[in-house]
Amino acid sequence: MGGYLARRSLLMVLTLFGMSVLIFVMLRLVPGNITDIIFDSAGFVNERQKAKIEKQLGLDQPIVTQYARWIAGLAKGDLGYAYVSEKPAIDEILPRIPVTAKLAALALTFSVLLGVPLGVISAVRQNTTLDYVLRVVSLSGLSLPSFWLGLLILMAFVHWFGWIPIYRSTPDDFWEEIALLCIPAAAVGFRYSSLVMRLTRSSMLEVFRQDYIRTARAKGASEASVNYNHALRNAMLPVVTIIGIEAAFLVGGLIVTETVFNIPGVARFLVEAIRWRDYPIVQNLVMFIAVVVVLVNFLVDMAYALLDPRIRYED
Amino acid sequence: MRALPGLALTAVFIAATLAASPLLAQKNGGTLRIYHRDNLPSASIHEEATISTVMPFMGVFNNLVLYDQSKKVNSPDSIVADLAESWAWDASRTKLTFKLRQGVKWHDGKPFTAKDVQCTWNKLTDKDPDSFRKNPRAVWWQNLQEVSVRGDHEVTFVLKRPQPSFVSLFATGYTPVYPCHVNTQTMRTNPIGTGPFKFVELKRGESVKFVRNPDYWKKGRPYVDAIEWRVIESRSTRVLAFVAGEFDLTFSADVTIPLLKDVTSQAPKAVCEVAPQYVSGNLIINPKVPPFSEPKIRQAMALALDRKAFIDILSAGKDDISGAMLPLPEGLWGMPPEVLRTLPGYGTDIAKNRTEARKIMESLGYSAAKPLNLKISTRNIAIYRDPAVILIDQLKQIHINGELEVIDTSIWHAKVTRGEFSVGMNLTGVGVDDPDVNFYENYSCGSERNLTKYCNKEVDALIDKQSQTTDVAARKKIVWEIERKLAEDLARPIIYYMRSATCWQPQLKGFVLHQNSIYNNWRFEDVWLDR
Repeated sequence: MGGYLARRSLLMVLTLFGMSVLIFVMLRLVPGNITDIIFDSAGFVNERQKAKIEKQLGLDQPIVTQYARWIAGLAKGDLGYAYVSEKPAIDEILPRIPVTAKLAALALTFSVLLGVPLGVISAVRQNTTLDYVLRVVSLSGLSLPSFWLGLLILMAFVHWFGWIPIYRSTPDDFWEEIALLCIPAAAVGFRYSSLVMRLTRSSMLEVFRQDYIRTARAKGASEASVNYNHALRNAMLPVVTIIGIEAAFLVGGLIVTETVFNIPGVARFLVEAIRWRDYPIVQNLVMFIAVVVVLVNFLVDMAYALLDPRIRYED
Repeated sequence: MRALPGLALTAVFIAATLAASPLLAQKNGGTLRIYHRDNLPSASIHEEATISTVMPFMGVFNNLVLYDQSKKVNSPDSIVADLAESWAWDASRTKLTFKLRQGVKWHDGKPFTAKDVQCTWNKLTDKDPDSFRKNPRAVWWQNLQEVSVRGDHEVTFVLKRPQPSFVSLFATGYTPVYPCHVNTQTMRTNPIGTGPFKFVELKRGESVKFVRNPDYWKKGRPYVDAIEWRVIESRSTRVLAFVAGEFDLTFSADVTIPLLKDVTSQAPKAVCEVAPQYVSGNLIINPKVPPFSEPKIRQAMALALDRKAFIDILSAGKDDISGAMLPLPEGLWGMPPEVLRTLPGYGTDIAKNRTEARKIMESLGYSAAKPLNLKISTRNIAIYRDPAVILIDQLKQIHINGELEVIDTSIWHAKVTRGEFSVGMNLTGVGVDDPDVNFYENYSCGSERNLTKYCNKEVDALIDKQSQTTDVAARKKIVWEIERKLAEDLARPIIYYMRSATCWQPQLKGFVLHQNSIYNNWRFEDVWLDR
């Protein structure tokens, strides 16, 4: 196990190094640069003033020098200055992370709390009316674009309650704060819950055909015990895998939801920063996301061992 | 006893007068809530050419003079004193002297003096070592020779030649006075002004906050305690939020004509006014790219335009047809329709125009079987893309096969300025309804914002001539002559002038929407909330 951990850690470092190079180079391959974009709001480009700005921002330096500066800064915890706001990048990024983290955690919780039980019910009641209804619900969750669902929710709230659940930095009370996060989390979580539900259902149906389930029934175990103690635990392996993958990619799914519900989170901010070619923001944020993805994958691998005692990582 | 009915009548009259008097009805306090449509590029009005910066930040500053915020139409007659108490031209009309208000303080407590005015215009004319990073309106001040100060409260602008409308350039939201002691970088992030509102914070993509300046030199103003702007990029969300009463005022001209129906039906008490934006949809053709160096092709393209069809599709017929200047009735310099129709390409018989255009194209070797294939470039925003699609459809009528090329919105101006386009659909906004501003910015040789690099020395001479003409009727005559030349030269064919609505809740009082510019009425010192 120790050797496996060491190998995985080394692989993680190498992956992150590769990612940093990729992020840095690819960002600079995108047409247009920050100086063009700074001038866009002035409606023209002045080449003399543009060159001056490029020098101020260090963009006139060779790309290797720029990369070395970034990595050296990262090592010291200095993420540089955002080009657009001219504030330290860390001050722009940090306040947004908890907002997205809360939203992602809630969305994930919602998807698991809704998806797993409904998936189990659907499997246990296979080919009944309830199963058909739940399958239609899960299919609709997969087919509804989240921006459309989000807009429908907003319109419904405005129409019926005369109130719009969009983000406020200072909510009126605790319940409003909860509602302001839970409603968008439900909107984005609904899609993921559909995926979890379908996977749980198919995985459970697969497990139900196994010999040990028949054995459990033969030895007189109750139906609930068979379903939850024997079947569900074994059916959870692929579900946990997909939850891990979805958790890592949730940031992408949150972009639209953050835009529709006007939540000042990392996902929307990243898209905005890419649009502005705000390199310090984009490269640091993408790097942060890369670290999260790599870590989540690592944790999922570890979770396998906890869920299934047969799995052990040998040296 | 006989006096009693008389007394009662007097009392009723006084009570009615008090109730009707807006001066006595104003209430202090409250937070004015407005939504912002996008991420503003910076807080420095002088460095930007977008309503996104002017609208929120105009209240931080004062100008020397200002368009009267309570009058709907901006004109030289509606210019009122601001930081200047008075202004006067000398006999040669090349020296404009402003007497400045005394006792005015910047938000950081430092006194405002004539040096601040001098510094601001030195930066605008690139004479200050701490010059602006971007200076989009440098061309406005090309006639300014120097700014001299006499004491702390008098400043004189010395011009190279007379320019009667020079005062108008000071009256727009684009021309605040900046403090000398604060550098340009700080003005982009933490601006300091003398205005009714102090800047509190700008959270990118989230909000901008201002609070009442308790030391404002205009006693008793502003009425509201604070202004909070929230950035909502999704138009559907922000309009729904306005309908739900989350905001007192929409962003300027943000409610399009198709959306207006929804807003007025869902929020029937909201006040919505449709006004011109002084933003035109125009066709830009790069004459340096073959075959567009051939004037005949440009002429044929202009003849293919059916302006009414654009307007009917885009705004249910509400937009306006015009030349370069904002059309009547709101515009001060627009041509009457009967004169406008005589300009090349403005005739109402579209079928005839297109037959003529096809003949031109055929004379150049193009036909339905062998059309001219080209890319129509435009910015990747709906208000650019939609007219570009209509343009492609209309050009098809004259053997031109256009393909839409959408350009990432953030690099649109860079590409156009470098001439990396052949034909494009563009939008152009003008800050002040004055020919000097529009012509020098968009049509004079060498102007950085002259996107097609159009240059006609004869037109330049006419622009200078109108700029020096004091008599309004005589000036208008020259302006219309320029309009005709611009239309003949196909400098930048104007297809339509946009109209859209700005809406506010009934509790917002004292707000007056200007009709011939979207850039000048956002001081907010006279507005109050009746909540």
